[in-house]
Amino acid sequence: MPQGDYIELHKKRHGRRLDYEERKRKKEARQVHKRSKQAQNSIGIKGKMIAKKNYAEKAQMKKTLKMHEESSSRRKADEDVQEGAVPAYLLDRENTTRAKVLSNTIKQKRKEKAGKWEVPLPKVRPVAEDEMFRVIRSGKRKTKQWKRMVTKATFVGPGFTRKPPKYERFIRPSGLRFTKAHVTHPELRCTFCLEIIGIKKNPNGPMYTSLGVMTRGTIIEVNVSELGLVTPAGKVVWGKYAQVTNNPENDGCINAVLLV
Amino acid sequence: MAMNTVMCLLTDAEGTPLGSAMYIPHNAGHLQLTNLVNTFINNEVKLSYSFYVSDEELLVSVGTYMERNSVSVENVLKIVYRQQAVFRIRPVYRCSQTIRDVHEGEILCVSFSPDGKNLASGSGDTTVRLWDLNTETPMFTCKGHNEHVLAVAWSPDVKCLVSGDRDGKVCCWDPSKGELQGNALSGHKKWICGIAWEPAHLSYPSRRFVTCGKDGDARIWDFTLKRTLIVLSGHTRAVTCVKWGGDGTIYTGSQDSTIRMWEITHQGQGILKHILKDHAGWVNSLSLSTEYVLRTGAFDHTRQVTCSDEEMKKIALERYIKAKGKVDSPERLVSGSDDFTIILWEPSVSLQPKQKMVTTARLTGHQQLVNHVYFSPNGQWIASASFDKSVKLWDGVTGKFITAFRGHANCVYQISWSPDSRMLLSCSKDSTLKVWEIGTKKLKHDLPGHEDEVWAVDWSPDGEKVASGGLGKALKLWK
Repeated sequence: MPQGDYIELHKKRHGRRLDYEERKRKKEARQVHKRSKQAQNSIGIKGKMIAKKNYAEKAQMKKTLKMHEESSSRRKADEDVQEGAVPAYLLDRENTTRAKVLSNTIKQKRKEKAGKWEVPLPKVRPVAEDEMFRVIRSGKRKTKQWKRMVTKATFVGPGFTRKPPKYERFIRPSGLRFTKAHVTHPELRCTFCLEIIGIKKNPNGPMYTSLGVMTRGTIIEVNVSELGLVTPAGKVVWGKYAQVTNNPENDGCINAVLLV
Repeated sequence: MAMNTVMCLLTDAEGTPLGSAMYIPHNAGHLQLTNLVNTFINNEVKLSYSFYVSDEELLVSVGTYMERNSVSVENVLKIVYRQQAVFRIRPVYRCSQTIRDVHEGEILCVSFSPDGKNLASGSGDTTVRLWDLNTETPMFTCKGHNEHVLAVAWSPDVKCLVSGDRDGKVCCWDPSKGELQGNALSGHKKWICGIAWEPAHLSYPSRRFVTCGKDGDARIWDFTLKRTLIVLSGHTRAVTCVKWGGDGTIYTGSQDSTIRMWEITHQGQGILKHILKDHAGWVNSLSLSTEYVLRTGAFDHTRQVTCSDEEMKKIALERYIKAKGKVDSPERLVSGSDDFTIILWEPSVSLQPKQKMVTTARLTGHQQLVNHVYFSPNGQWIASASFDKSVKLWDGVTGKFITAFRGHANCVYQISWSPDSRMLLSCSKDSTLKVWEIGTKKLKHDLPGHEDEVWAVDWSPDGEKVASGGLGKALKLWK
């Protein structure tokens, strides 16, 4: 490789050879034969590489030729029929992208019986008892330690009345009681604030389910009458299950995803 | 033993009294009042009537009514009588057939022929299918469109079927063979929103029909010549609905929130008569008080066999005059709009020589846009379907609100009346159809079974069958 520009300098000062153009033209014409001889006579990996490169070039050339040929003949392309037919009165209205909201009630009932659901969060971190409860000391000398206060979000039903304070073992503070949850529909991707009807199952244990504690992964039942869902039999659906997806005691609200 | 009597005055729906005020025994009930009205009007055949006192139906005897509502005996009680249809249609309660896998696309429109013998459905798979109602199976598949078929309409003489699609093309079919006649007619630049035929009493056999489209034009076509006769342009936005009135006026409602009235002169020109500008949002639907009669032409529930053309035209004219009411009372127009209101228009008797439609009443009450309004076949009631999940019933003459039918869980899309005006059918986004009874103002039957939204519903003019279809591609026939 020339390290310097003496070649260019010479070209500038003295010009090119007189037969430069002719020699150049003939040399380029010979390249074709040289290339083909190389391609035919190379063996081994070198040959394969050359063959691959040539093939790629050939395919590209064919494509461009076809493209050029197409435009020369003018033909109205047959458009495919569009998906998503709607009647005339709905055509100008933007409809939310529809996902199937109707679920099969028989499948649902079977799932309920088996106690198994396909849930978005199958595994949750188990919550230990000392994290869930705080020991409340009571008695004149504050030595009795049989009372516990729940430190996580809870749901108590609308007709809830506390047991007499002397006898209640589990205290559910009213500051941690929630009635509404922000439920997201997984396919429609919109969130509604729906009332909680009850706690179905808390993965940490049946005791927490009966207490009404809502931690991450709990299955709750929400009131979906405002979504306007109808079963295939024609009945209006008003309750559906949802799974809690956040830690309500940290955020102050319950976020859940609807189980369809 | 003194018979307690009540002073009553019988008036018809428009307010003209029948005879003068008279004394009626206080135990007079429905039967006695019917006899009275029949004798006063000198009906040859006893027709049945329903009676209303201050817009509530009078179901008990007059005396009991007076006691319950503590109306003073000294005042004259005004009883309004309304004629009910002579025939009674059986309510539809069961699905007789679900036809799946025939239409490969969603069903966008269904229409029974005026004689009730044929059914046509247009779908997103670009075909129009004709169905055999005796066996409830598909009869013909009409291929000719390249895009979704949005509207389908039968001519009042049952000889022609016309369909419009999303490209703006109009196809004319021969319903007896299911064949395309001619080519697909182009003219509209965007999709077609509605089709209306010229009434049978104006021209028999039917030749002309008008289509309206998104491009803002309405075009009048001739079926036999297969070309556009007149283009009615003027609307600035899409024309959503078009109706051909019995006096020859064409009404078009548009998204520019106006309704235009057009007339065709003898020279074959289409001129604009009036622009009705009272709405504040898109006009979604129009309905004329004589609409049902104009659609069915010379056919009625008795299913007469065809006679000659002139006779059919005469029968159609008779039916039209009867439906209008008195000879000089013109047809009323009702329009439902995106501004949640419905306006009842009546031609005004004013100093101007031209008859202009004036707002008689603005029917408010819906909480969402009104998608479909429909006059009952006898012109006495107006039903409106709205996206607020309710169907509302209004008086057809005064526009007063009568009742709201609630029960649907999602937007109500379309309504259809039974031919005797006693029942109303509504189809909705929640995949159910509901039959409502006008007399009791309650839900009569719930017809679930569709897998998805129901977009089109029609009750056959002979009252035998109902057809419905929607997003789930099955067509359902109900009996």
